[in-house]
Formats: sequence, C-alpha cells, structure tokens
Amino acid sequence: MSDGILRLENLRVESISGLVLVDNISLELQRGEVLGLIGESGAGKSTIGLASMVYARAGCKITGGKVIIEDFSARDLSATGRRDLRGQKIAYIAQSAAASFNPAHRIIDQVTEMPIQHGLMARAPARTWAVDLFRQLDLPDPGRFGQKYPHQVSGGQLQRAMVAMAISCRPDILVFDEPTTALDVTTQIEVLALIKRLIREHNTAALYISHDLAVVAQVADRIMVLRGGKLIEQGTSAQILLRPSDPYTTALVSERKAADRLSVDSSAPRGKEVLGVKNATGAYGKFVAVNDVTLSVSRGETVAVVGESGSGKSSLARLIVGLLPAKSGSVTFAGETLPPALKERSRDNLRRIQLIYQQPDVALNPRQTIGEIVGRPVKFYFNRPPKEVKRRVAELLTQVGLPEDYAGRLSTALSGGQKQRIAIARALAAEPDLIICDEPTSALDQLVADDVLKLLKRLQDELGVAYLFITHDLGIVRRLAHRTAVMLRGKIVDEGPTAKIFAPPFHPYTQNLLMSVPEMRVDWLTNILDARAKLVDKA
Amino acid sequence: MRLFGHRPTVLAWIGILIVSAFIAVAILAPWIAPYSESESVSETWADMSTQYPLGTDNIGRDILSRLIFGARMTIGIALATTLLSFTIGTTLGFAAAAFGRAVDQILSRIVDVVLSVPVLVWALILLQGANGSIVALVLTLAGLDSTRVFRLARAVATNLVAMDFVEVARLRGEGLGWIMFREILPNALPPMITEFGLRFCFNFLFLASLSFLGFGIQPPFADWGSMVRESGGGINQGVVAALWPALAIALMTIGVNLIVDWVLSINARPSGASAEL
Amino acid sequence: MFRLIATRVILGLITLLAVCILLFLLIANLGYDAASAVLGQGATPDALVVYRHELGLDRPTYVRLWEWLSNLAHGSLGTSLTNQRDVLTTLTPRLSRSLFLAGFAAFIAVPLAVGLGILAAINEGKWPDRLANIVSLATISLPEFFVGYVLILLLALNLSAYVVQYQWVIDAFGENFKLFTSDAIYSSDMPLLDKLHNVALPAFALTMLVTAHILRTTRSALLSVMSQPYIEMAFLKGLSRARVILVHALPNAAAPIISVIALNLAYLIVGVVVIETVFNYHGVGEFMVDGVGKADAPVVLGCALVFATAFISLNTLADVLAILVNPRLRHPR
Repeated sequence: MSDGILRLENLRVESISGLVLVDNISLELQRGEVLGLIGESGAGKSTIGLASMVYARAGCKITGGKVIIEDFSARDLSATGRRDLRGQKIAYIAQSAAASFNPAHRIIDQVTEMPIQHGLMARAPARTWAVDLFRQLDLPDPGRFGQKYPHQVSGGQLQRAMVAMAISCRPDILVFDEPTTALDVTTQIEVLALIKRLIREHNTAALYISHDLAVVAQVADRIMVLRGGKLIEQGTSAQILLRPSDPYTTALVSERKAADRLSVDSSAPRGKEVLGVKNATGAYGKFVAVNDVTLSVSRGETVAVVGESGSGKSSLARLIVGLLPAKSGSVTFAGETLPPALKERSRDNLRRIQLIYQQPDVALNPRQTIGEIVGRPVKFYFNRPPKEVKRRVAELLTQVGLPEDYAGRLSTALSGGQKQRIAIARALAAEPDLIICDEPTSALDQLVADDVLKLLKRLQDELGVAYLFITHDLGIVRRLAHRTAVMLRGKIVDEGPTAKIFAPPFHPYTQNLLMSVPEMRVDWLTNILDARAKLVDKA
Repeated sequence: MRLFGHRPTVLAWIGILIVSAFIAVAILAPWIAPYSESESVSETWADMSTQYPLGTDNIGRDILSRLIFGARMTIGIALATTLLSFTIGTTLGFAAAAFGRAVDQILSRIVDVVLSVPVLVWALILLQGANGSIVALVLTLAGLDSTRVFRLARAVATNLVAMDFVEVARLRGEGLGWIMFREILPNALPPMITEFGLRFCFNFLFLASLSFLGFGIQPPFADWGSMVRESGGGINQGVVAALWPALAIALMTIGVNLIVDWVLSINARPSGASAEL
Repeated sequence: MFRLIATRVILGLITLLAVCILLFLLIANLGYDAASAVLGQGATPDALVVYRHELGLDRPTYVRLWEWLSNLAHGSLGTSLTNQRDVLTTLTPRLSRSLFLAGFAAFIAVPLAVGLGILAAINEGKWPDRLANIVSLATISLPEFFVGYVLILLLALNLSAYVVQYQWVIDAFGENFKLFTSDAIYSSDMPLLDKLHNVALPAFALTMLVTAHILRTTRSALLSVMSQPYIEMAFLKGLSRARVILVHALPNAAAPIISVIALNLAYLIVGVVVIETVFNYHGVGEFMVDGVGKADAPVVLGCALVFATAFISLNTLADVLAILVNPRLRHPR
C-alpha cells in the first residue's frame, strides 16, 4: 500500500453539453508533497483541483474515475461523508479572496466557521485559534483583524485570511488554485514565501495550480503539464524546467525563459520624435493620477511604461489620447502641440495615435462583423469606396496572420489571441504613427501572448510604427522595449534605455520590481528571501 | 424548427401558438365574426348554444363576435401604446446615458417623480377629461409607461457606454449618431426585446383594468375590458358572460409571458444552486 | 450610514411635496369641472358659471393651490364638491378598510411567497421549481377582475346555484346561504372573525396576484446570489446545503427581495382599486373612482395623496432597509 494521501484514478469530468473537460487523469500525492498543475486556460487544472474535493461546478459532472483521499473512495461516500472530507481532510484556496469571502459576514466568523461546523471546536477556542493563525500569517493587529468585513481590508491581507480559513481545520491536503495570480508582483512574492513556509511547517500535501511555470517551480516538488484536459508530461520540477521532453512543454519553458533575457538593441540611435510628453499632470477630481510626467517616443521605437496597479500608467495613456485632459504640461505629436481634450483634436490627430486594449472581448463590438470593425477606420479616415475598403481589409487581415474570409464573420466565436489580432488590424487600418498598447497580452495565455508579441515586433520592423507599451510584466519589457520608463504612484521614477534600466545601479523601486519576478530556477525564491534578509540586515 | 437560432420549448410553442391565434383573429375579424359587434341579436344573457357559442351579453349582443372584434381594439391599442412608450423611453434613456450628468439628472428626477405615484392614480387623473378619446388614451399610457422603459434603457446604455469598443469609437472621432445607432443599439436589443414583451403584458392588462373601471375604451367600441364591465353584474346570478373576455385577456397575457420566459431562459446559465456536491 | 438614511428620507419628503403640487396643478387644469358633473348635461351656461363661482372654481390656480396647501398643513383635505362632506372624515374609515384588506393580503402573501421562492431556487431545474414557475407565470398574467369574478362564481353564489340537485342541503342551510360573500361589507365594529370572513375573497384574490410576483423575484434574486464565488467557497468548506442557503445566500439576497416586497406592497394598494370595484368594498379605491367620475377635485386629490404617500413611504422604507442590510454601507472603509 502506498503512502499516497490523495489519489485520482482515471478521473473524467464532462460538461452537460458533452464536452470533455478532464480526460482520464491519474495522479498520486504523497504526504507533505507539493504537486504543481501547469497549463493554459482550458487545460482542466482548476477542474481537477475541484474534483479532488469531489465537487463539480454547475453545468459539469464527474463522470468517471476514483477520488481516493486517505483510503476513502470519496465518490462512493454519502453526501454527508463528502461534506466531512471537505475542510477537514482537504481544503481549497481560491484565486480571488475578495470574491470568496461573503461580503455580509465578518472575517472571523468565516474563518472560524469550518472548525465550528465540523464539530472540532467550540466557538471561543475557535476564535482564539483564528487569531493565532492571523498572527502566524503576519496579519496586522491580529487580535482585531477578524472583526472587520472583507471590503475593509486589502487584497493581500484578504488572501492571507483565506489561507488562514483553509488551514483552520488542519487539513492534510491543500488545493491552491492560482492563489497569487490576482496579486501585484511585489505582494505575490510575500504570499508565495508564506505558502512555502506553511506547507513545510504543517507537512501538508498540496496541489498547486497555476499557468506560470516560474511560480510553480518555486513551491512544487513535482509538476504535471496539462493541455485540453489531458496529461502532457510530468516530472520533478528540475526535470521539467531543465530537460522537458514534450514539444508543448518545451515551448512553454522556452517562452518563459525568453522573458528573462534582454533581446532588444537599445543602443541604436533614436529617430525623429513622434510623441513628446512634457511635465504633464492629470487628475480625477482631487486624486492626481499622473504627476509631472515627461517622456518621449521616437519613430519606430518601443517605449515601455512599467508599473504595478495604481501606478498611473493607464491614466497616462488616457491623458495622451485626450480622455483625461492634462491640467498642466503638454503633449506634442510630430512637433505639433495637441489640445488636451479629445473633442478639440482634429480627425487627423486622432488617426495617428491608436489604442489597443487589454480585454479583446470588450474592445470589439460583438454585433459587428470583422470586416466592419477593421474597415471602418479605412472609410472614416480615408473615405475610400467600398471595393477599396474590402481590399484593404483583406490586406490587413493577412498582415496580422488571419485568413481573408474572416471578414464576413462575427468576432465572438474567436479566441482571445485572434481577437487581439483583429484589434491590431483595426489599429493599423488608420495607418498610425504611434500605437499605445495597454497591457494587450495580460489577458492571454502564455504561448498565444508570445505570438502576439512576435507579431507586434514584426509589424514594427515592417511599418516603422512606434509603440508606447504599458505593462506590469518585466519579461515583455525585456523582449520588446528599446526604452523603459518606470512609474510609481503617478511619477516616473526611472527612465532610459532598457539595458540601462535593467542593469545596476538600480533605482530602489526598479530593484524591488526586478527581484519580485520569479525566474525559471527552482531555487529562485530561497535566494531572493536570503537576499532580502541581507538587505534588511544591512539597513 | 429554430427561432432566432434556438429551439423553442414546448411551453414556448404554446405561447407562440396562442399569440399567433389571437393576432390572426384580430386581423381577420370582419371575415370570421358571425354577427356584428354592436347589434342586439337575442335576449340578454342567453345561454351558450350552437347559435351563440358563448351566449349573449347584457343587451343581447353575441359575445363571440364582440370578442373577435374586441381583439382588434384591445391588442391593437396595447401594441400601439407599447411601441410608442418604447420609442420615447429608449430615446430618453439612451440620451440620459450619453449626454452627460446634467441631462441624466434632470430626466431621472422627472422620472422618479412620475414613478412615485401609482400608474393607476395618474391614469385616472389624466384621463378624466379625455371623453373616451383613443388618442388621449394611447398618449397618456405611453407617456406613463415610458418611464419604466427609460429606467431599463438608461441602465443598459450606461453599461454599454462603459465598454471599450464604445471608447474606441469615441477616440476615432465618431459622432454621437454613429455611436448610438451602430455601436450601442445593436447590443442593447436583446434585453430590450424581452422588456418589450413584459411591457406589452403590463399595458395590455392595465388597459383592460382601465376599461373595466370605465375610463378606458368607451362604447360603442368593443374591447375586452369594457365587455367585462358591462356583464359584470350578472356574476352574482351565476351568469358567466363576463368571464369570456376576462379569460381572453388572461390567455393572451399567458401566451406573451411564455414567450418572454423562453427568451430569457436562452441565455441563462445554470446557477450555483445546481452544482454537484 | 445615518447620513445616507437621512438623505433618503428627506428625498422622499421632497418628492412627496413635489408630487402634491404636481397633482394639484394637474387636477386644477384638466377639465375637472365639478359644476357640469353635478348639474348634469341639461345645465345652462349661466347656471354653470354661477355654480362654478359658488364652488370657488373660478379663482386663479395659485390662489387655490395656496389654499389647499395651507389646509393640508392644518390637517384638512377640504370638502367634497358634490356632497359638501369633509373629505378627511369620509376618507378615514375607508382608509382603514383598504388597509385592512391590503394588510390581510400582505400578511399571508409575503411569508408565503418568500418561502416558496426560496424553495424554488433551492430546487432549481427540478419539478418543484418548474411547477412554481408555471403557476406563478399564469397567475401574474391574470387580470385582477378575472380572479375576482372566478372566485365569486366558485365560492360566493347562493348555495342553490351549486347543489341544485341536493334539496336536503338547501333545506339544511337555507336557500340564500353563501359560503363567502361577494359584497364585502366591513364595519369597524364587527368581530374580527366576521371581518375576516367577509374580506376573505377579495383578500384571497389580492394575495394570489402579489404572491406570484414576489415569488418570481425572490427566486431570481436568490439564484443570482447562488452563482457568486463565495457560495462555491461555502460549499467547498463542507457546509450543509441548508446552512449555505440560509447563512450565506439569503443575507445577500435580502436587499433585492426587500425592494420587490416594497414594490409589490405598493402595487397591492393599487390592485385594491379594481378588487374593491369587483366586490363593492367601500375603500379608498372605490372612493377615488367615484370621485373621478364626478370630477370632484378635493376627493380625487385626497385619495391620490393617500396613494402617493403610501407608495413613496414604502419605496423609501425599502431603500432604507437596503442600506441597513448592506455591510458595505453600514461599515464604510
């Protein structure tokens, strides 16, 4: 008999419409072991995580296989038996803490709910235990933290509270479902360290689900690579990172690795300035979102604006296009000063700066055909006759790598990557000088994002169009940007050629950012934590 | 067979059947009614017989014929009212969402005041001097009902205006007309269509109630509500004459509601209540 | 939070005042010519002028408005133009009758509808849910007078109409025995049981209609809450279905459910008008319909005011309750 605490045998999960979400998956988890489940969206990793708790979302059903938790065949238990397992033997930590806490109840009531309802503790000892957990998880003012409602605490704190809730019954197995994906890079690293410490301390087994190989490699002993509900490859973390055997895994690994290297020549001389922002300040009422920002973009160049959420990078984009009129300072385009407000700008001005959005689903009108979406700028700006518009649309579609006959279709049935290509085609249709890309790949799967970035680079080489690339992802910056500007709370704290920004001496914030991005090394996290500890000792 | 690309359920088919039948009756009335709508043909409150399948009313007119002719008035006016109310409400609702805070505030406050008094009270007050004018009736009801359509149209439009593809159009420099008609309206149609069905039901029932109280459609026009009013007195003696027009009203409303219910369920996903545990 | 509530209440009061003024202006200018209504069609134009002057209808509008408002501030609603009786005195007993009817219906409808709506949501897709859906859909499609008349036909005719072949039953109970009455008489000095018996049919009709509406909205509010991630989390914590629904789902569904109950209670007050007519129940609704027919402005205004006040109060109450029930508004950051 093996010592496996969790075993899935030939697990099969289907949707009610007959789609197979998980196809014949088997896995075994030992006590104290961490197994990483890696895959892109639709791979079935969340579904497997939920199935381990013998749970299927509405519209799905577990149709085959066994779920064995500590010798209990969970699928054969009664409903009460299954309920007993949840929380006591196996607990779930969701991606978004804000959505997983009930807004109507206090935090402490929700954290103590499991021990009380499972009959393990009475109310008073459960509360003491909860406060102890808060302390272990480094939450501020642990004695009073629980009295708050979920909307009164920050995202990072809520995530820790969710971890406290999950371990409140001391389960043997934890299922982590993308626990750090929704967090900022700097918060992510702390939560990651916390998770690793907890797992070691309590000797829990864990399933760690993520799409980010580098993150999973920090905590997992073994990794399973999934795609379309099927197992592609599995092995130890070191094996998967250094010697992947399946082509899909190899593609994932190499794409991620590329993000660690600088691949753009930022020493080339700059062309004519296309966009100039001088001491621009923009505010929403009293809140100053963009504070005295100066930067410039030259012809054929990519300038990246990097920052975490709340840094003002999106507001900067809105200021440049005129949606957020600048209160002071100026925006010049090809030498000409642009009026701060959108409605005062000429059609030609509007044409020459185009915008690409983060969520392709919302950026395309679901009721317009692709031909209408891409063709409208051609008609609107250049007033071409319909036949010419059709021709141009076909040309643009080919340029972004889509078949010409897509022009008659609606965009709703397409994948995220394809939709983003249409958005790019639409931007190109205006023949702009500058395209502002607002996190265009953040919502896409890794490999698809990679393709889109390659497309953008190719277009820049072919057409000489300049990009202002807004992102929080340093990997993208290294791959695409000639110059980089780092934003923090509305101000630019560091600016210059990318190579210079990413080489010492660093601005302290840049250093913080750089240190927080997981790299494709198994020991990265340990090293970072040591490095941080040394920094703290020095200070 | 598929409708709008989806297969109707049994209940939806029943609804479609009922509504189509009534509309057909309304259109073909002069050719299928056995008697005229205002002529007394027999004694008052005659029993149901082969000659008068539903009996006669309080002054001896054939109920079946009046019912057939009444379909035109009742359904026609309710439809006209709803169409008008929809046009007004949608236009104003979109305007409130698109023209900025000032316009939105003014319109919303007016609508709030109108909505704080029950519709029946407004209708009774406003129709007092109408003297049975059908135009006045339609205009009044449409105006009152448009406030509810306004609320929905405004909410739908506000949601859509926040979408990125609308911003794309603004950034392009598109005019308001384009944004309203080519970007927002096509996406607003699905929720508005179901709302149309619901408003029609409401207006239909409301109109019948008004006629029943004596303030809606006046004689000699036949409409189902006033038919109930005329024959209502007989109920105490066990005469069912008033029940037929009331039943017709109920059936038509059920039919429309079944269709609306089906359309609403097309897009509904199973909720967490049916997750497998 | 108290600021929010106070603002809501003040807004309600302002709306009420605005509505009062608006209603008066409408009634004063929309052809409410009590003179011709009372004197009839044969009246000569001179007689009409004289009568209008007597009734004070020929004074400028703002004068009449001011007079009415100051009367209102002193607690008076003026006198009826058609029978010279004080409106308030006539209105008060009628109001208590309408409230009794509405209250009786609400008392039964609200708990019934919320309970059934919860049951339907819990059993989504299964037969109790489907049944509730069909029955409630049919019910909300029925005009009030249809329900009223059917009930009368089934339950309120003379016994002889039903059991004409069983002579012994007729002999036992008397020929004019009625199970329920179609003429709902109610006077305040009746014993409660008699009151309830008389009002049973109209109350039943009202209850049916309102229950159906509240049931449907309760169900959909609860279902939309059940789709939230925190409900899934609650299930994954191993909590029982009952606990998840009662402790986790309901508190969050409370706000929309309360709004709908308030809205429907307001509708109850209006649905009352038709039902009162069907059953000859002397409440505010009947009074108003009569007053409109006779173009009796003070009566119409008084009744309209009562309805508007009830409506606005219930909506304000619903808004205030929604604020109280929402922890985000009770405990801001």
